[in-house]
Amino acid sequence: MSAVFDSLSRFYASSIGKKILVALTGLMLLGFVLGHMIGNLLIFVGKDAINEYGHMLQTMLHGGGVWIARIGLLGAVVVHVVATIQLTQANRAARKDAYGMHKAQVSGKASHTMIWSGLTILAFIIYHLLHFTVRKNNDYDTYKTVLHGETVHDVYRMVIAGFSWAPASIFYIIAMVLLSSHLSHGFSSLFQTLGVATDKTEPLFKKLGYAFAGLILVGNCSIVLAVWLGYVR
Amino acid sequence: MSQLNLHLKVWRQNAGQPGHFQDIEAPEIPDHASFLEMMDIINERLIAKGQEPVAFDHDCREGICGMCSMQINGVPHGPEKATTTCQLHMRKFRTGDTIWVEPFRAKAFPVIKDLVVNRGAFDRIQQAGGFVTVRTGAPQDANALPIGKEVADAAMDAAACIGCGACVAACKNASAMLFVSAKAGQLNLLPQGQPEKDRRTLGMVRQMDKEGFGNCTNQYECEAACPKEISVRWITKLNRDYAVAAVKDAFGNTRKEAGGGD
Ligand code: SF4
Ligand code: FES
Repeated sequence: MSAVFDSLSRFYASSIGKKILVALTGLMLLGFVLGHMIGNLLIFVGKDAINEYGHMLQTMLHGGGVWIARIGLLGAVVVHVVATIQLTQANRAARKDAYGMHKAQVSGKASHTMIWSGLTILAFIIYHLLHFTVRKNNDYDTYKTVLHGETVHDVYRMVIAGFSWAPASIFYIIAMVLLSSHLSHGFSSLFQTLGVATDKTEPLFKKLGYAFAGLILVGNCSIVLAVWLGYVR
Repeated sequence: MSQLNLHLKVWRQNAGQPGHFQDIEAPEIPDHASFLEMMDIINERLIAKGQEPVAFDHDCREGICGMCSMQINGVPHGPEKATTTCQLHMRKFRTGDTIWVEPFRAKAFPVIKDLVVNRGAFDRIQQAGGFVTVRTGAPQDANALPIGKEVADAAMDAAACIGCGACVAACKNASAMLFVSAKAGQLNLLPQGQPEKDRRTLGMVRQMDKEGFGNCTNQYECEAACPKEISVRWITKLNRDYAVAAVKDAFGNTRKEAGGGD
């Protein structure tokens, strides 16, 4: 047991070990971001569709399902954030004296700002959870509706109320722009870290990453814009 | 032959002390001179004026030893692709240009003087596993060990690494992954390298981390700067080899020390 533990802590202490964990948790979070967006797009199907979906998530496995997902995601976020902060600190320490002139030849803006886009997304996640999950400083808990003869939480009304306040919507859109920037590098990057990219698949992973980032940006922002423009009401 | 009048900003530093850029005028530089020959001309002039010449590393001056380390206008070995500083010619510049000349900067490459840095960290990484152990005795027939042409060619590509450190210099994190992956991958690919593959991979990565190099963020600046065009696919392979070796290390059987002998 302790021999295993020793090896695992050596793995975590190493640069590649931490990066592999960042890649694996990144992969989990990619899946979550996609699922979360698809679920939320149900708002365009109608009030009952999204409320039914929300109710299903809440009652899955007698209410345990949502907690299993939450704990898994929390673990992934903690590992992803802690490891990347440690890696970034080590990276800064590895070059203390700055160049008088340093030119990036091939790398893009998104790849140079991962820590900042990431930390902003972290702040956004906390805000988003307080806003729609914990429902702090609002009365969304009292929003109820009747679905198939059962009283359930009115997700539909909550989303409309939530995005009717401009500062919140603007923060959502900014966060989505940064998320798509983060994804545009992170997506293809994780295949390199996991050791599966090849000369033939790398261009494909790159394009898929841009497409994925664009999809998440358009999909999530469409909900905010639809509420703003009164298309969903 | 035409001549160039250049303005240089050259880094001057003594080990352990803070450094600074010195403005050096470089008039009448023949355009057929190499970058190092230009530095020689400047040093002659500095010496003639009774000033301290600029210290820089060089050896073969034909692109094979990896000694000539200079960050030229923000890029290791200067603007020419797949070219070492010694093979860079002044005709690639224009008269009137300002050229920044700095050492390769990394915590793991401390400055010895001016443009000369200590790249001993690379040697220590090599000593941590970048070799195959060869037993003494009669060698076997060369053709007793069949190696596919593709494999031999790929290993040869990795073996082209001259250990110059440009990959570290180009990386915003001063990561040595391209160098380490080329040195480990070249042997991990060949049958001769198999017996020590996991030990090599774990050992070299551990030494790389210990030397204080940064972590790769998959931006591939190293590949763009490498004078030998080492591919970042070697880094992919190192990541893969490391994952496999770490899993075996964590969950595999423990090695029993061989008994007997003396
Ligand atoms: S990988 Fe390329 S840049 Fe890095 S040390 Fe080897 S030859 Fe130089
Ligand atoms: S001096 Fe040997 S590679 Fe430039």
